[in-house]
Amino acid sequence: MNSIVEAMAPAAERVSASGFIKKNLREYGMLLSLVVIMAFFEYMTDGTLMQPLNLTNLLLQNSYIVIMALGMLLVIVAGHIDLSVGSVAGFIGGLAAVLMVEYQWHYLPATAACLMAGAVIGAVQGYFIAFHRIPAFIVTLGGMLVFRGLALWLLHGQSIGPFPREFQLLSSGFIPDPFGGEGLRVTSLLLGILVACGFFYMSLKERANKLQYGAAAEPLGFLIGKNVAFAAAIIYLCYLLASYKGMPNVMVIMFALMLFYDFITNRTTIGRRIYALGGNEKAARLSGIKTDRLSFYTFVNMGVLAALAGLVFAARLNTATPKAGVGFELDVIAACFIGGASATGGVGKVMGAVIGAFVMGVMNNGMSILGIGIDWQQVIKGVVLVAAVFVDVYNKNK
Amino acid sequence: MDAILEMKGITKRFPGVVALKDVNLAVRPGEIHAICGENGAGKSTLMKVLSGVYPHGTYEGDVHFEGREQRFDSIRDSEELGIAIIHQELALVPLMSIAENIFLGNELTRTGVIDDEATHRRTVELLKKVGLSESPEELITNLGVGKQQLVEIAKALAKKCKLLILDEPTASLNENDSQALLDLLLEFKSQGMTMIMISHKLNEISRIADSVTVLRDGATVTTMDCGDSPINEDEIIRHMVGREMADRYPHREPQIGETVFEVRDWTVFHEQHADRKFIKGVNFHVRQGEILGIAGLMGSGRTELAMSLFGRSYGRHISGQVLLRGQEVDVSTVEKAVNHGIAYVTEDRKGYGLVLENEIKHNVSLANLPGVSRLGVINEGREYSVAKDYQRKINIRCPDVFQHVGNLSGGNQQKVVLSKWLFAGPEVLILDEPTRGIDVGAKYEIYCLMAELAREGKCIILISSEMPELLGMVDRLYVMNEGVFVAEMDVAEASQEKIMRAIVKAGKD
Repeated sequence: MNSIVEAMAPAAERVSASGFIKKNLREYGMLLSLVVIMAFFEYMTDGTLMQPLNLTNLLLQNSYIVIMALGMLLVIVAGHIDLSVGSVAGFIGGLAAVLMVEYQWHYLPATAACLMAGAVIGAVQGYFIAFHRIPAFIVTLGGMLVFRGLALWLLHGQSIGPFPREFQLLSSGFIPDPFGGEGLRVTSLLLGILVACGFFYMSLKERANKLQYGAAAEPLGFLIGKNVAFAAAIIYLCYLLASYKGMPNVMVIMFALMLFYDFITNRTTIGRRIYALGGNEKAARLSGIKTDRLSFYTFVNMGVLAALAGLVFAARLNTATPKAGVGFELDVIAACFIGGASATGGVGKVMGAVIGAFVMGVMNNGMSILGIGIDWQQVIKGVVLVAAVFVDVYNKNK
Repeated sequence: MDAILEMKGITKRFPGVVALKDVNLAVRPGEIHAICGENGAGKSTLMKVLSGVYPHGTYEGDVHFEGREQRFDSIRDSEELGIAIIHQELALVPLMSIAENIFLGNELTRTGVIDDEATHRRTVELLKKVGLSESPEELITNLGVGKQQLVEIAKALAKKCKLLILDEPTASLNENDSQALLDLLLEFKSQGMTMIMISHKLNEISRIADSVTVLRDGATVTTMDCGDSPINEDEIIRHMVGREMADRYPHREPQIGETVFEVRDWTVFHEQHADRKFIKGVNFHVRQGEILGIAGLMGSGRTELAMSLFGRSYGRHISGQVLLRGQEVDVSTVEKAVNHGIAYVTEDRKGYGLVLENEIKHNVSLANLPGVSRLGVINEGREYSVAKDYQRKINIRCPDVFQHVGNLSGGNQQKVVLSKWLFAGPEVLILDEPTRGIDVGAKYEIYCLMAELAREGKCIILISSEMPELLGMVDRLYVMNEGVFVAEMDVAEASQEKIMRAIVKAGKD
C-alpha cells in the first residue's frame, strides 16, 4: 500500500515533515498540551492519575461535559452561546426521575421523552434567538434561570432516586465481555485495537485520496509516525481500562458521538454552512444559506445533547437532585474555547472541544488527587482558560 | 479680498496610489465654495487633509488659514481654529438626546460635572439658529435624516465655527429638506460664515455657490468664479469627466439574442425608514449575450435595486415582477433566485461576499454545495478540483486553494467571489462594482472574463461608478438617479457627458 501511495505523490507537491509540523502546530498544539498536562499530573501524583480505576472515573466524570461540548461547539461556531445547558441537564435529570421513579415508566420511553423534551427546550430558545434575533446570551441566561427553577419545582426541592437498574447501566455499566477474561477484559482491548487500526486506515486512505486529486498531503513518514503514536496511545488507554472493568458504556456513546460530530462538521454541507454562518453571516445569507433556520437547528441539537448529558449525570449519581448540573455550562464553554473555538464564531473544531474538555477534566482530577483545595483549583482553571486563549490569539496575530 | 483658506500644492500618497496631486484651493471669506468631481476624484481626501484627519507631515504642501500656515495634528486642532466638517455619513449617537449629541466631547461642565441647565439653554439657542423646533431632550433616533443633518450643523455651530465644510449634505435628503437646508446655508452666508460644499448636484451648486473648484483624478482642473453670470453646467460636466480613454478594455463582438431577464415596476422601500420609497417603479430588461450597464452616483439606489432583486436581500414592501424568458419567477429568497440562475456579485466583497477565515475552496463551493456533495456529504476531491479549476481558469494567484481568502489581495479575492458565483451556474450575472479597489491588471482580467461570459450567451448586468468602464464594456446602459432610471442609451450614442447630464438634469426637476 505504501508504494502505491508513494507512487501517486507528485514530487512537486510533497512537503517536508518539519515544514508540515510548523504549519499545523496550532492543530496539534492542543493535543500536545493535553499530553503534557497528563504527564505532569502522572508524575506529581506518583502514577495515580493513570491507574485503571482513576482513569475509568476520569472518563465517567467528564463524559457529560464532553457530550455537551459537542453541541456547544456548533453553537459557538455559529456565532452564539448557550448558558442554559447546565440547568437544562439538571431539569432533564429531574424529569427522568419523575417519569421513571414516580410514574414507573419503562426506561426506554422515559429516555426518549427526555431527549424530546431537550429538543423542545432547544427549539424554544433557538426560536427567539434565530427568528427574533434576541441575543443568545440573553435568551439562554433566561433559560438558565427558568430551567433551574423548573428543576426545583419538579423535584419539590428534594432528591429523587434510585433509578431502575437498566437505566443506571447507562453510566455505571461496562461493555459485556463474552470471553470472560477475569484479569483482563479482552473485548475492550480488542475494540481499542480495532478502533486504532480503523483510524490508521482512514488517515492513509484520506491521504491517498488527497494525492489522487492532486492536493498537497502530509509527508508519509510524518503520517505514519503520528498514527503509530496515536494508535499506541489508544491501545494503551484501552489496555488500562481493560485491566479494570473494561470500557464504560458511556464511553462508547461519547466516542460514537465524537466521531459523528467530527464527520458532520468536516464533511457535510450542513457543517460547512454552520462555519460560513459564523464566519460571515451576511455572505452566507447572500450565498443562499438559510442562516436563521441553521441557527435554530444548532440550538435544537444543543438541547438534545444537554438532555443526554443530564440523563448520563443522573444515571451516574443514581439520583436526581435539584442542584445537578450547576456550573456545567462554564466547564462546557471553557472546553470549547480552550480547544480553539473563536468567541466571534466561524472557527473551532470538534476534536479541539473534546481535548479542551479533557484538559479541564484532567486538571480537576489531578488537582483533587494532589489535595489542592477547591479555592485554588478554580483559580488555576481560570488562569489556564485565559492563558490558552491568549496563546491562541497571540499566535494568530503574529 | 484675501483668502481665508488657502491650500497650496497638496499631494497625498497612499501605498500604491497618489490620491491628490498638487491640488490648490483658495476660499474667500464669506463665500460658499463648491467642490465637485466624480467619485474617487479626491474631494474627501482633500477635506481630510484640511481638517487634520491626515496629520501634518503625511502629505506635501501647505495649508494657510486666516493668513497663517497651519499644521494640524488632529481634528481637534482644526476644530479649535473654527474649521468644522460634516461628513456624508452622519456621526450622531442614535440613542442619545439632541443636546447630548451637540456637546459630545465638548461637554459644558461646572467643576467637572455636566451642567444640564447651560447645556439645555445653549441647545435651544443653537436649534433656533438652524430652524429646529424639537426639544433638546429628543433622542436622535426619533428624528428624520433631514433633521439629523440640522443637528449636525448645530453641533458645528456650537464649536464656534468660521469655516463649515459640508460633504454632500443633501445626498440623503428629500426635495423639501434639501431646499430648506440650502436656504439655511444662504442665511449663514449672509451672517458672514464661510462654507465649503462638496456636491454632485449642479442645480444646487448653481443656486448657492459663489465659486466652484473641479477636481479630477486627484488634481485641480479649474476654479470658476460664478460672479453674476450663472454657472455653465456643461462646462463643469466637461471638466469633471474629461479624461483620455485609452484602450483598456478587451475587444468584443456582441451577439445579442432574445430578452432573457426582465423586471417590471420594481418598487422598494428603505430598510430603516419604512416610509421612504427607495426604488421607484424601475423597469428594465437584459438580452442574451448582452452586457447591460447601470450608471449612477453612489447612493442612487443601484446596489439596493440589485440586492432587492436577489432574494429580497435589501428593503421592505417590495413589489414588482421578475420575468425569466417571459415567465414570471419567484425570487423572494436567495435560494430561489440562485435556482432560477441569478447571481449577484456584491460591491462589498469582504462584508458580503467572502468568509475571510475560510479556505478558498470552501468559499468557491459555498453557493452551490449540492454541486460538490451527495446526500449532504461533501466530496472533498470534487470540491478541490472545482476550486483548482477556477484558480487556473480565471487566474487566482495563490499557492493552493487551501489558503484562507483573508490573505489574498483585493483582486484575487474578487476572483474568488466571481468563481463562487460562476460555479453556481448563473444565466444572469449581476456584477456590482466588480473592479472597485483592484489593480489595473486584475481589472483587465475581469473585463476579459465578462466578455467571455457574454460570448457564451450569459446576461451580464454591470453596475459601476466608473464611467469609462461602463462605456468600454457595455452594449447598452441605463442611468439611475434617486431610485429611478432617468435615461437609457445604446453605448454607441452614450458619452460621459451625456450620462452626467442625465444625472444632474434629473436632480433639477
